[in-house]
Amino acid sequence: MPSLRTILTIFRRELRSYFNSPVAYVVIVVFLAIVGWFFSSNLFLMNVASMRVVFELVPLVFLFFIPAITMRLLAEEQKTGTLELLTTRPVRDSEIVLGKFLAAWVLVAITLLPTLLYVIVLAFLGPLDIGPVVSGYLGLLLMAAVYVGIGLLASSFTENQIVAFITGFLAILALFLLNKVLIYVPEGLASTFEFLGIDFHFSNIARGVIDSRDLIYFAALIGFSLLLAVMSLERRKW
Amino acid sequence: MAITVRNLVKKYGNQAAVNNISFDVRTGEILGFLGPNGAGKTTTMKILTCYMPPNAGTVEVDGLSISDHSLEVRRKIGYLPEMNPLYYDMNVLDYLDYAARLQGMSDAAIPGKVKEMVGVCGLEDVRHKDIGELSKGYRQRVGLAQAMIHDPEVLILDEPTSGLDPNQIVEIRKLIRQLGRAKTVILSTHILSEVQATCDRVLIINEGAIVADGTPEQLQRQFTSGETLTLEVKTGSADPLEMVAPKLRILAYVKNVTLLSRHDGVSRFELDVEKGADVREATFRLAVSENWVLLEIHRKATTLEDVFHKLTLS
Repeated sequence: MPSLRTILTIFRRELRSYFNSPVAYVVIVVFLAIVGWFFSSNLFLMNVASMRVVFELVPLVFLFFIPAITMRLLAEEQKTGTLELLTTRPVRDSEIVLGKFLAAWVLVAITLLPTLLYVIVLAFLGPLDIGPVVSGYLGLLLMAAVYVGIGLLASSFTENQIVAFITGFLAILALFLLNKVLIYVPEGLASTFEFLGIDFHFSNIARGVIDSRDLIYFAALIGFSLLLAVMSLERRKW
Repeated sequence: MAITVRNLVKKYGNQAAVNNISFDVRTGEILGFLGPNGAGKTTTMKILTCYMPPNAGTVEVDGLSISDHSLEVRRKIGYLPEMNPLYYDMNVLDYLDYAARLQGMSDAAIPGKVKEMVGVCGLEDVRHKDIGELSKGYRQRVGLAQAMIHDPEVLILDEPTSGLDPNQIVEIRKLIRQLGRAKTVILSTHILSEVQATCDRVLIINEGAIVADGTPEQLQRQFTSGETLTLEVKTGSADPLEMVAPKLRILAYVKNVTLLSRHDGVSRFELDVEKGADVREATFRLAVSENWVLLEIHRKATTLEDVFHKLTLS
């Protein structure tokens, strides 16, 4: 059984490491600038007061933001050799993977936090249906978790952060595009492709329909990518 | 905390980095791994620290197998890897705290222990600095401090003094001796004087196999085939090879005489002498009776260096 204390120790170090370097600040500032620009231009130029633009835009921004956050997680430790030190302590590989996963995921959540300001602005402007907002954020967090899992897996394969970024980005992009290329897919496979596409499940949840099938989809993808990352760490033993 | 290694084999592809190594380390012993680069020292250490499993063979630390009780074994071991990898973005105190936590120390015990290691390893002046800003000597001390933070019974140090200046080397060796008193220590090096200065016992490894095992003195004795005497005499003879060398050669215990140089009637010889014999006095008396002027006489015993060359150059 992975120990929670060890996971939290690794989690804390990773999160602090983001904030000790420019990474966290660059990510947060650029993210908020992009999302804020779209939100406010919608609000002031188009006179649309809605969170919809945020929930449509953020999944696209995540596509390249999350691989940028996750690329160093394991690649850097492999390059500098600190992974050897980490794995020769009484620490399980699963604890390393979970701690790092949580750190990157929480960084994404922290990045999303200031966008709650938009919700407050909207609430002042008029009556706000809070249900879709809550489910929209839930969808974003689940989607982010899948992306972080895949990014972490990509980072475990290599000691080169650029390679980790590119492979992570491509894997996430493929997952994102699966239900957008249905017209090119044989009819028999279309429903499978749709079900595998992450955006399909995200929009289900964002619409406020919390179906167990969508939750299972997210849980399975997160679990699968983390499991593969643990196995990838263990390849030193092959 | 005894360590038992039996028939260890590790292959990278078809190349055996470690080829059927067996040895024991007793509690409290400081064992030196000596060998040329690529001999298999680091690989053996990586197996002992549970970083990677062997292809064959067993390792037991305090009776616990590294394959079945990996976590328990890792709790007992402190490890300083070859390149001393550290997180450059952490400061010294935070890093030691992190290391202590990962070793499973209790929250209450950590601050005291961190403080103690900072004191023992001489890190007071830099404790709030980022590791990336430290000099190599200080980084090495941080590496030792993290290895010993949980008071491990076994210390495994892979080239603990590499890249340090001579003063720092002396200091780190002193530290290892001091801290190693109550621990079982395995350290690897390719610096011969280091072994003589710090280790109770030496294993010489070459091409993945153990070629010698013993105390530095034992090895010197065991691999001594004899000693050499260097002699410089002024004989005035124009042909020392004909006139002087034969007289030296008939001295008791002298096996061979070589003329090294000659210059203005001064000749330099090297005498190979049988093991354990001292022919200096006889040489002196010979010089007196022949009326030679003895300018220099120098006896050279086999050093650990000679043993090392002999065993690893073949």
